[in-house]
Amino acid sequence: MSAALTDADISRALTRISHEILERNSGSTSITILGIPTRGAHLGYRLAKIIEGIEGVPVQVGTLDITLHRDDLRLRAPRALMETVIPSIGIEGRTVVLVDDVLFSGRTIRSALDALGEVGRPERVQLAVLVDRGHRELPIKADFVGKNLPTSKSQSVKVHLLEHDGRDEVLIEGENS
Amino acid sequence: MKHLLSINDLDKDFAITILDTANEMARVSEGPVKKLPTLRGKTVVNLFAEDSTRTRISFEAAAKRLSADVINFTAKGSSISKGESLKDTAQTLQALGADAVVIRHPASGAAHRLAQGRWMNGTVINAGDGTHEHPSQALLDAYTIRKHLAGGKGDLKGLRVAIVGDILHSRVARSNVLLLTKLGAEVVLVAPPTLLPHEVQAWPVKISYDFNSVLPTVDAIIMLRIQQERMSDLYFPSDREYSTLFGINSERLALTKSGSILMHPGPMNRGLEISAEVADSAQSVVVEQVANGVSIRMAILYLFIAGSQELVNG
Repeated sequence: MSAALTDADISRALTRISHEILERNSGSTSITILGIPTRGAHLGYRLAKIIEGIEGVPVQVGTLDITLHRDDLRLRAPRALMETVIPSIGIEGRTVVLVDDVLFSGRTIRSALDALGEVGRPERVQLAVLVDRGHRELPIKADFVGKNLPTSKSQSVKVHLLEHDGRDEVLIEGENS
Repeated sequence: MKHLLSINDLDKDFAITILDTANEMARVSEGPVKKLPTLRGKTVVNLFAEDSTRTRISFEAAAKRLSADVINFTAKGSSISKGESLKDTAQTLQALGADAVVIRHPASGAAHRLAQGRWMNGTVINAGDGTHEHPSQALLDAYTIRKHLAGGKGDLKGLRVAIVGDILHSRVARSNVLLLTKLGAEVVLVAPPTLLPHEVQAWPVKISYDFNSVLPTVDAIIMLRIQQERMSDLYFPSDREYSTLFGINSERLALTKSGSILMHPGPMNRGLEISAEVADSAQSVVVEQVANGVSIRMAILYLFIAGSQELVNG
């Protein structure tokens, strides 16, 4: 099994997404980056660090756990909650950039939009993902995409990140049927 | 794990998961919108066959914040006061489609009976049974201690907690001894010998009859209520003597470690086990315990009834 994205690919994709976020929002002063745990949170902090490097000013960054808003809670075992960290200035009137590792059905992002409503009312919400693998079940679209990976539904996309898995790579498992 | 009947049902990791989950639930309670859709469509019945204010409204608030439907069933004004058996009550709850029953009962073991009776399918949560256990109170006490003295995460290793007063009749003390020691804290019981149960020698605790010598050595003090309603015999000569030897007042408060906290499960007998000025002092976290109770009960309801199987991580 070969890597769909190597560590260098991931690093380049994140750098490009950072520039795109800055371009779209004319700088970093209006944005608040919120990563969705577990891996989206690591990516969110990485993006914030890259943007700080480019702009030279601190970036508002945090995490948003969406577990309690999932629409499949009834169907599976309860999950331990992850940490939500909202920057002290809040999200009222901000441009929130949600960050996740893989965009698939779109249900996680729907849950995240609900979870945001419980925190406050942002001016607008944008979505950045490392991998868009298709097969959307809801009308949701990413604003910033690291890599579009066409997959079949029977395959699974595994994202490994240094902070959590000891290495950076994206793998596609299973046969393309 | 389906039911929460005793602290013995929890292993250390799961107890910590409940406390961690409560941290996140507390964040919701502090936010602008105190409502989550998590338990939409679930029915929680509060079956209270014994008087309670705090625990009942706390479970009710917790269930409502998670969008569950709540049915309150109290002894007064219900068929329980007409002598209906637990079995018949349980079958009624089954017919109502209860996903969880939060039960408070004067008989020790009532929650076990309800869980093992196969009269209903729902999850049973023990909210205090006789003099046996009160697990959600112990969890909220551990949560309060951890928040103030252990940075709000991990276990309670290295902390020393005194539980003072009527240990004999106290389900709060039993559950707290089990949970706090499970989490690595050291527990000292302070009480007159008449208010200690026989089996206390087998508990993993230290025992002291001298409150003053314990005060400077502990990080948290849990004062227990003198339970007039369970006292059929004379356990101490007079209220005044009890208060002098085992009550906490301003002079005793001055002996405590700096940074230590003072807790009470409520309702307080001001002037008996705790003086009014101590109850309202800066070291007292009694009111905060109530708020923490809602977070803990949200965590319990979420972890026990939201899903379909065992807990998974990640």
